Parts: sequence; structure tokens; C-alpha cells
Amino acid sequence: MARADARRGPRLHPLPIRLMHWINALAMIVMITSGWGIYDDYVIISGLHFSQTFRLGSWAAESLLWHFAGMWFLAINGLAYLLYGLFTGRFRRKLLPVRPAELVETVRETLHLRIGHEDITQYNAVQKLLYIIVIIAGISQVVTGLAIWKPVQFSWLVSLFGGFQGARLVHFWGMVVIVGFLAVHVALALLVPRTLWAMLSGGPRLARAAPAARAAANEAGEA
Amino acid sequence: MRSLFGARGVPEREARAALEALEAQLPLIGSLGRRGLIRKGLSLGALTMLTGCDFSTPRSVETALRQISALNDRVQALIFDPDKLAPTYPASMVQKPPRFNAYFDIMDVKPVDGRTWRLELGGRIANKTPWTIGQFATLPQQEEIIKHICVEGWDYIGQWSGVRLRTFLEHVGADTRAKYVVFRTTDDYLSSIDMASALHPQTLLATKYAGETLADPFGYPMRLRMSVKLGYKNPKWITAIEVTNVFTPGYWEKRGFSWFAGI
Repeated sequence: MARADARRGPRLHPLPIRLMHWINALAMIVMITSGWGIYDDYVIISGLHFSQTFRLGSWAAESLLWHFAGMWFLAINGLAYLLYGLFTGRFRRKLLPVRPAELVETVRETLHLRIGHEDITQYNAVQKLLYIIVIIAGISQVVTGLAIWKPVQFSWLVSLFGGFQGARLVHFWGMVVIVGFLAVHVALALLVPRTLWAMLSGGPRLARAAPAARAAANEAGEA
Repeated sequence: MRSLFGARGVPEREARAALEALEAQLPLIGSLGRRGLIRKGLSLGALTMLTGCDFSTPRSVETALRQISALNDRVQALIFDPDKLAPTYPASMVQKPPRFNAYFDIMDVKPVDGRTWRLELGGRIANKTPWTIGQFATLPQQEEIIKHICVEGWDYIGQWSGVRLRTFLEHVGADTRAKYVVFRTTDDYLSSIDMASALHPQTLLATKYAGETLADPFGYPMRLRMSVKLGYKNPKWITAIEVTNVFTPGYWEKRGFSWFAGI
């Protein structure tokens, strides 16, 4: 009976999630590398330049073309992902709650090189926090990007960041956060290839009742 | 990793655009007889330039990117609110002198003689009589302390005064329902803007900076200063204004930058 349930149950990563994940991965790489091409004309950190090898576009005009093409894929796909995560309850199920005690425990285990990854259907507290941070960073990139693109039409947005240069600065640091996340994310996916495979094939099927049971357990834990 | 639209390569499409641009200026340039000459000369030029192309960026990718940029131009026109004013600043925040920027070095600026300078008018304008700088001073003057934002990412606050482009266009009987206003300059920095942005109240034909006559490097005797577009849409040393329905890409647009470039 349980096996029959499991066969009918949803995959760890349903098809829409996988599609949006890989579209986002591509869009992010386009936005980051073309952004490095645009950055170089007026650097934010003096002395910091991005090698031409890693830039998308041979000069600023071409990098800008890539950036303003990639933005549509990033923003539309990102919006779809946010709506999906909110309305299917995936965010609540997978990313909440983040308990400080668990966070400390996971960090301690990681420092002792004991990363628990037997069950890839459950995120530990550090993973949850990192995913939440990178989602917020992604939203921030779109908002600051809009502010930099249209500082007159959206002058109210620019004033939120303390002016045009402020918005540019936040846009730059958002990139740093995302690149930092990407380094950890890709390294871990390569260390535990099952997770990479799961993002391609969908991963293990979840028992139908499992999410509800987990939610109930979470509520009991909070009570 | 040079691209087709890098400094060296000029794709055929661009050459065609340039040809169309030239044709658009024909009322200013001269007779129909010269049209054929120009066409032949340009086609030959385009052919020789094509051989210098480097195909590291596939043409299909480049075409797609350019098409998205053209779509973005339309989106930008939709986002543009003709009544929205850019923030203005107190005179104490003005940078003096303004920041120099052109496709050449400040040492290579060729000063314009204000006494012989004439502003020529072309296209859909009722009264095409050329203007002297003295005549300009008789029109109502307007001052704007606005931010100049460069596509590279830097910005500064400048204090510009002159005649509103809108005031001038209405004064000479321009067809303000036409699509574009095209500017020609002594440094061959062709530029064109959409009519809605041209009519924006903060779009000036500037003749002064910080209350004083424009210095040579910044566009004496006349330049465009608009608050609603990036810096490269502000041609200096203007010699001709044309109102037209023919799309005419400017100096940087031909090299791949956005045409609308609204901010």
C-alpha cells in the first residue's frame, strides 16, 4: 500500500521546478558574466576587474545587449518560480522554519566534516537559510536593476537605495552574494551527485501523506 | 573575442542603416544626383568592411540580441512618462566644470566659431531659415540642474541653460507629431531621439553651463541636454536639426548600444 502511494506521489522536484531551475541557472550565468563586462567601464572597487575570459560580450555594448536580453528570462522565470513556491506551499514546506539551534548544530557538524546528506528530500537549517538568502538576493537584483535602468522613471525606487550610485552598489553586492551562493551550491551538488541527478530526473517520489505529516510534525514541534 | 559590432567590423545591416541615415539627411545634404553616388560609395565601403569581420559571435545570436534590444526600445518608450520630471538639485551640488566625454580625447576637440556658426533646419519644419546664436538668446530661456548619467555607470550634477527644445520646435513650426528629431554635429556624432522625449520640459538646447557660455569641450555654441536619457544621447556642437519619420540610428547605436536609452 505504501509503495503504491509512493509510486503515485509527486517527485522531490516536480517538472516545473526543474525547468525553472535550469532556466534560472542559465539566465543567472548570462546576467553575472555580462554584468562583469558592463562593470569594467566604471569599477566599484578600484583595482577589481573581471577577466575578459569570464565576461560575456567582447565589449560593453555587447555585454549590455546580453544583460538586457537575459533580464527578461531572469525576471519572468523568477516571478513564475516565486508564485509557484508561494502557491504550492513549496517554500513553506522546504524552507521554513529555520531554527537558530539547528543552524548552530549544522554548522558544527559541517566543521567536523559530518554533513548529513542521506536524505536529500529534507534541507538542513544552513541550506534553508542559504536558499532564502539567494531568493532575496535575486529579488533585490531585479529591483535594483530596474532602479539603475530607469532612475528617472522610477526615481522613488532609486531614493530607496540612497541614489543612483547606491542602487549600483547594492546591485553589485547582490551579484557577490549570488556568486558566493553559486560556488557553495555547485560544489555541494558535485560532492553529492545524487542531488544534481535529482534536479534533472526529478528525484525520489514522495509519499502522498508525507508533506502533511511533516507539516503536522513541524506544528507539533512549534507548539 | 571581437564581435561584429566591435570597433572594427561593420555588418552589412549597419551599413544599410547608415545609408538610410544618410538618405534621411538628404534634404540637408543635397541633390538627388548625389544620392546615387553616396549609395555606390557606401556599398563598396560596406563590402570592404565586411571582410574585416570576426565571426566569434554567431550572426544568429547577434541578430537575436539586436532584435531584443529593438523590442526593449519599444518597452522603454512605453515606460517613458512624458510628464515625469527628473529630480533637480540645488546649485551648490553642481560639478564645475562638467565632466568631459566623447568618442575622442579632450585634446582633439575642434572649437566651433560662434560668429560663423549657423543652426540649419531640415525635414518636417515649416520655417527652415538657419539660426544664429544671437537669435537664440531672444527665445525664452530655461535652466535645469539635473543629473547626467552615463551608460558606463558614472554620474554628476550639471547646471544647464538654454532654450527648451519644445519651445524651439514649436517656434519654427516643426511637425511635433513626427516620430524623430535628428541632430547633426561638427564631430559627426549623429544622434536621434523620439519626439516624446524631445518635447519633455527638461530637454534643452543648452548654450550655458553654470550661468556661463558653454566652453568648447562641452559643446559650444549649442548642445542637447536632456534629463530623461543616458549621456550618450546628448550631442554636442550641434549644427543641424531635422524632424523626420525616418529612423536614424546614432553613433553609438550603430555600434550596438540601445537607441532609446531612456532613464
